[in-house]
Amino acid sequence: MVIECLVLGAGQEVGKSCVVVTINGKRIMFDCGMHMGYLDHRRYPDFSLISKSHDFTRSLSCIIITHFHLDHIGALPYFTQVCGYNGPIYMTYPTKALAPLMLEDYRKVMVDRRGEEEQFSSEHIVECMKKVTAVDLKQTIQVDEDLQIRAYYAGHVLGAAMFYAKVGDAAIVYTGDYNMTPDRHLGAAQIDRLQLDLVITESTYATTYRDSKYVREREFLKAVHKCVASGGKVLIPTFALGRAQELCMLLDDYWERMNLKVPIYFSAGLTIQANMYYKVLINWTSQKVKDTYATRNAFDFKNVLSFDRSLINAPGACVLFATPGMISGGFSLEVFKQWAPCEKNLVTLPGYCVAGTVGHKLMSAKIPTQIRLDEDVQINVRCQIHQLSFSPHTDAKGIMDLVKFLSPKHVILVHGEKPKMVTLKEKIQSELGIQCYLPANSESLCIPTTHHIKAGASDAFVRSCLSPNFKFLKTNSAELDDSHKRTMPLLQVYDDRVSEGILTLQKNQSPKVVNQNEFMEALGVEKHEVKLAHCFRVYIPDSESGDASDCLPSTSRKGSLLHLISEKLCRELPDFDVQDCQEHIQIQSVVVSFCSNEKCPHRTGVSLQSVDKKEVHFCCSWSVADDALAWRIVASIKNLELDT
Amino acid sequence: MDLSSLAIFSPVPTSSNSIAYNRKFSCSSEKYAGLELNEDKRLKIDKPLDANSLIGAEPHYRTVKNLLLWNVSFIDVVLISSPMGMLGLPFLTRNKDFSAKVYATEATARIGQLMMEDLVSMHKEYRQFYGAEESDAPQWMKWDELELLPLELRQIVFGADGTEFGGWMPLYSAADVKACMLKVECLKYAEEACYGGTLIIQAFSSGLEIGSCNWGISGPKASISYISSSVFSSAAAMSFNYQALQRSDVILYSDFSSCNGLDKFDNDDNCSGAAGNNYSNLSSDDVNSEGHDTLLNDEEYLEEMEKLNFICSCSVDCIKAGGSVLIPIARIGITLQLLERFAVNLASENMRVPIFLISSVAEELIAFTNIIPEWLCEQWQDRLYSGQPLFSHVEMLKDGRLYLFPAIHSLKLLKTWQEPCIVFCPHWSLRLGPVVHLLLRWSADQNSLLVMEEGLDANLALLPFKPMAMKVLQCSFVSGIQMQKSHHLLKILQPRHVLFPEILRQHIGPLETVFSFNYYSENKMVHIPYMKDSELDITVELACQLQYTTLKQQDMNISRLKGELMIEHGRYRLHLGNDEQVSSHPRPLVHFGRIDLNNLLTALQKLDMNATLEEVTGAAGSHKASRIHVSEPSKAMIEVIEAQTVISAADENIASVISQAISGVLDCI
Repeated sequence: MVIECLVLGAGQEVGKSCVVVTINGKRIMFDCGMHMGYLDHRRYPDFSLISKSHDFTRSLSCIIITHFHLDHIGALPYFTQVCGYNGPIYMTYPTKALAPLMLEDYRKVMVDRRGEEEQFSSEHIVECMKKVTAVDLKQTIQVDEDLQIRAYYAGHVLGAAMFYAKVGDAAIVYTGDYNMTPDRHLGAAQIDRLQLDLVITESTYATTYRDSKYVREREFLKAVHKCVASGGKVLIPTFALGRAQELCMLLDDYWERMNLKVPIYFSAGLTIQANMYYKVLINWTSQKVKDTYATRNAFDFKNVLSFDRSLINAPGACVLFATPGMISGGFSLEVFKQWAPCEKNLVTLPGYCVAGTVGHKLMSAKIPTQIRLDEDVQINVRCQIHQLSFSPHTDAKGIMDLVKFLSPKHVILVHGEKPKMVTLKEKIQSELGIQCYLPANSESLCIPTTHHIKAGASDAFVRSCLSPNFKFLKTNSAELDDSHKRTMPLLQVYDDRVSEGILTLQKNQSPKVVNQNEFMEALGVEKHEVKLAHCFRVYIPDSESGDASDCLPSTSRKGSLLHLISEKLCRELPDFDVQDCQEHIQIQSVVVSFCSNEKCPHRTGVSLQSVDKKEVHFCCSWSVADDALAWRIVASIKNLELDT
Repeated sequence: MDLSSLAIFSPVPTSSNSIAYNRKFSCSSEKYAGLELNEDKRLKIDKPLDANSLIGAEPHYRTVKNLLLWNVSFIDVVLISSPMGMLGLPFLTRNKDFSAKVYATEATARIGQLMMEDLVSMHKEYRQFYGAEESDAPQWMKWDELELLPLELRQIVFGADGTEFGGWMPLYSAADVKACMLKVECLKYAEEACYGGTLIIQAFSSGLEIGSCNWGISGPKASISYISSSVFSSAAAMSFNYQALQRSDVILYSDFSSCNGLDKFDNDDNCSGAAGNNYSNLSSDDVNSEGHDTLLNDEEYLEEMEKLNFICSCSVDCIKAGGSVLIPIARIGITLQLLERFAVNLASENMRVPIFLISSVAEELIAFTNIIPEWLCEQWQDRLYSGQPLFSHVEMLKDGRLYLFPAIHSLKLLKTWQEPCIVFCPHWSLRLGPVVHLLLRWSADQNSLLVMEEGLDANLALLPFKPMAMKVLQCSFVSGIQMQKSHHLLKILQPRHVLFPEILRQHIGPLETVFSFNYYSENKMVHIPYMKDSELDITVELACQLQYTTLKQQDMNISRLKGELMIEHGRYRLHLGNDEQVSSHPRPLVHFGRIDLNNLLTALQKLDMNATLEEVTGAAGSHKASRIHVSEPSKAMIEVIEAQTVISAADENIASVISQAISGVLDCI
C-alpha cells in the first residue's frame, strides 16, 4: 500500500499550489492555484499529467481548496469550466464566499486592464462555484464510502484550512498556508493529534525565525504616522482580503487612540464588500475578535471611506489600501505610478513578492531608483518604502512545531524556495527523525502507508484483553548498588495486558479472533494433554551426619533432600519461580518428586535391580511447552551425585 | 422541561395592572371559600374552570418525573438535540453527583442558553413584583389546596396517571444556567467527538430548528443513530441530513411529532366550541395528508412557505383594519422567516408599521443569527455566496422598521411605541413575559390578531384573557417526519434494528421490513436482540509474525495471536507487544483431538523407530490405556489414556522426536 504524490505546482517554488495525492485508489487534488509570475501556459498546473485522456472527472475523487488566495484557487474555474472537471469540490464557508471576489477581481485585472484574452469568464466563475460544497471546521465529510476528509483551522487568511484525508488506514494532512501565531484578526492554526502517514506542508519561511509581532506593528504605525503627519500619502498595496482587514483594524484602532483625522481609503468596492463578509463570518476570526461581536462588530471600521479615482491627485495626506498586493498591475500600480516620484509619500510592501512584479523589484532597490515597466514606461521612484515584515505564514519554528506535534511518518515540503527547503528538510530529518522530501513540479513520489488487517473479535477475547494482568517482580537487591537500592522498591507491580487469542481463517469468511476456550467449544473438540515423564535414579552419598542414617531415607530426610534440591534449582534457575511443596517441587509445569514405585512406568532403559540404600528415584513429569526447562532440571538433579 | 405545565398558573403581568389585582383577589376569595366549604369537597371539585381557578404563584415546571430517582452519577453522556430540549438541563447538571459529558451543537448551546436566560429573567421580574417564595413547598402544593383545584388543572398537576406530582420543580437560577453551560461541550455538525476512546459521537442536522440535530454514535461493537424530530427541507435551518445515518446497526426513532399531531386532533374534538374565536385552523392537514414517495419533494417546503405567507397576509389585513399583530412564537427560524416576509409584504403595501421584537435576549439572538451562516438552510446560504446580506432585518434595524427591546417597560420602547404594530415575543405558554401584557391590552380588540403555534391547549392558554374579541390564528408548522415518509426513510437508511416509541405502535402496525424492530416506553429497559463481533484492526507488523496451521478436520487456518490491545478513536487495535514479552514466555502448545494409534505407529516407524502396541486392561476387563513401547533407537514408552498422552523417555532427543510425531497426528496450536 502506498500513497502516491504528484506535484503539479508549488514544488520547490511559490505559486500555483497543486498536489494530486492518491491514497488507496482515491485521488484527491489539493488546491488548484495559478502562478502570478507567469503569463503563458506556465501559470497553470500541467493538468495533463493527471489523465492523458483528460477525463478529469473520472480520474479524481475530489478537489480540496485550502483558501481563497489565487495561488491556491486561481486555476479552479479554468479546470472545471474549460478542462471539464465535474466532480465534487470542497472548501470552507468563507473560502466559498470570498473566492468568487478574488477570481472576479483577477479576471478583471487580466482582461480589462492588461487587455489579455480571458482564460475564464464571469459565468465560468459562477458556474464553478456552484459545484463547490462548503464545509465547516472539524466537520467530517464522507466524500464516498471510503474517503473521509476534515478541515482544521489554519489561520493565514479568513477561512484558511488544513485538510485531513483518510482512506482505509492511510491518512494524510495537507496544510495549505498556515500561521502558527495568532494575529490581529485571526487565530493560530489548530489541529488534532492524528495518526498520519504523510504531512504535506508549506515552507514559505523555511529558515526564518520571527520575533514578537508587536514590535513590527509599532514600526508600521510609526512609519505611516510620520508620513501623514508631514502631509504625505501612504499607499498600502494588499490583497483585498485578509491583510487589508488586519492592517485596517490596526490603523482604525490607532487613529482612534491618536485622534487622527487623516482619511483612510479603501479602493474599489471589493474591500468594502469583503468587510461585509468578515462581519458575517466573524466566527472564523480569532477568539478575541469574536468575543467583542455582541457589542460592536470589529469589522465595522469607523474611519474608513471608499476611494474615488479623482482623489489620486487631490492634495493632502491620506492612507489608501489598493489591490493587488505585489503591485503587479491593477489599481495599486496605477496609484503607484502617480505617487512614487514624490519623496513625501510612503509605499508599504508585503512580506513576500513574487519575482517579476514591481513589488519584488522594489524590495531589492535602493531609493531613489528607476523601475522599467515595459518598453515605454519607466517610473522614477523617490518615495519611501516600508517593508511589512508580518506575514500570515508560519516561520520555521512553526513548521517544526507542527511537524513535531503531528509526528507523521513522512513529510513533503512544498510552497517554498529550494535552498531554504533543503535546510529545513535536513532539520526535520535530523531533529525529528522523520523522512522528508521536496519534490519538484511534475515529480511523483511514492510513500508506504499503514495498513491494518481487519478481523472480528469475540466479546470474550476483548474482555480477556481488558482485564488486568498483574505481575509482581521482586527486585534482586544483590545486583543493585547502593544508590539504586534506595530508589528502587523491592516489589514492582506490572500490569502488562497481553492479549492472546486465536485467529481463525476460513474460506469466504472474514478473519475472526476468539479466545482459546471459545475456539475449542466452537469446534467441538477437547483438549488433548501431551505430557512427558522421566523417572531416574540418583546416587545419594551419605551426607555430613552419615552415621545416623543406616536405614532407608526417612520422611524427614527426604524432605530435607527435596529442600536441598529446591535450593539448588533456585540458584541455577533464577528466572523461574521454584515452588517447594513438601512432597514435590514445581517449576512451571515441571513436577519433581521421589518415586518409590518399583514398577514406575516412566523408568525406562535402566535396570530395576539393585536397590542401594543410597539410591533414590526421582520422577519428573511436564507438559510439552516446558520441555527444554524440564531437561535442564533433570540434568541438574542428576548432577547432585557429583556435587555432593 | 414541559412548558405546557405553565398554563395552570395565573399569567404574570410585567407591570402592575388590573389582572394583578384580580389575581390577589381571587386568591384570597378562593381560600376563604375553601375554608367555608371544607366539608363538601365534591362541590369544589366540580367548580368550573375559569380564570380565577388558575394558580396564583410563581410558576413551577414539570420535568422528567423520574429524574430524581436516577443516580445521576451513572450517566456517562448527555446528548442535547435542540435548544428546546435543553431547557431542563440545569436541573440535571446542578446535581452534585452529575459528572457526565454533555454534547450539543454550538448553535443549540447558544440559543438554548439565551432561552434559559430569558426564562430566568422572567422569574426574576416576577419576584421583583411579588417577592420570593417563602419556602420550597409553596402554598398551592399543599394537599388541601390541590384538592380544591378544578379537575382539568389537577389532571395537569398529577399527570394523566396521577404519578407526575413529584416532577414539579421551581425554576433553576441564573447561576445554575451558567454552571450548566460550562459543562456543555460544543460541536459542529458532523464533528467527531470521541468519548472515552470508544465512542465516536457525531451530530447531524435535523432541520427542525437552527442548530438542532440527530446523533450518530458508533463504537467498535455497533453503531446507533438517534433520530429526533426532523424536517426534510427546512425553511430556516440546515436540512435533515439523513444520508449520514445510513446503515447504522440500530436506529432509536424518537420523532414524536406525528403522534402529537393525532393527540392534538383528539383535543380539538374535546374542546370544540371553547376556542370559538379561531377563525382559521391550519393544523393536522399535513399530518394526515397523502404520503409522498420521495422524501425531498418541495411540497412540504412550499406548504410551509404558504403558511408563512398566509400569516403575513392575515397580519397585513389586520393592520389595515387598524389592529395590531401579536406573534408569540418560540421558534427562531419561524421568526426570521416571518421578518423576511414582513419586510417584503409591508414594503409592497407601502405600509410603515413598526415591528417590535421584545425579549430580554432579543439583541443577542438577532446578533447571533447574523454570524452563523453555517447553520442555515441552503436558500439563506446562497445569499451569502451571492454577496447579499443574510437577512433583511439588518437593514430593517438600521432604517427603523424593526426595533429590539429587552422588556415591555423599557423607556425606549415607551418612546417609540406606536399602534398598530407587529410584535414578536417568546410565548412562554402565554403566562410569562411581554406576551401577557400585550394580550391584556389587545384581547378586547376585534381587529387585532394573535398568531399562536399549535401544541398549546388554546382553551386553557387563553383562559385568563377571556372574553377574547381578538382574532386567533393557530398554525402548525412542520415539526417532524410524517409517518408515511418515515417508512420510506427507514427503507433508505437500512438499519438492522429499529426502536420505535410505544405510542407509535398503533401507527406502525404490521411492517414488512428487512430490519427487525421493537418498542420502547418510559422507564423500561430495552434489550436489543442483536449481537455482533467487535471490529479489530491488526497491525501489519503483528500480522506478519503469525504462523498459521491448517486444521485436519475443518478447512480452516488458525494462528495463535498475541499482542497489545489499544482502543484508539473508537476502534480496537492489536499492536505487536514489545519483543521481550513475546519471546520470553511462549504459551504452551495446546493439542486437541484424539490420537489415532495406527497413524502414530506409522509415523514412528517412518522415523526408524521400533514400536509395538500394547493394550492395557483394567481389573474388570475394561480398556484402560494403550501403550506404545519403543525399543529402538533407545527405549521409550508412550501411554495414551483418552485425552492424555504421556511420553516416558530417558533420552531428551527421542522424547522430542516422539512429541513431534504426536503433534503431527493431533491438531495443535
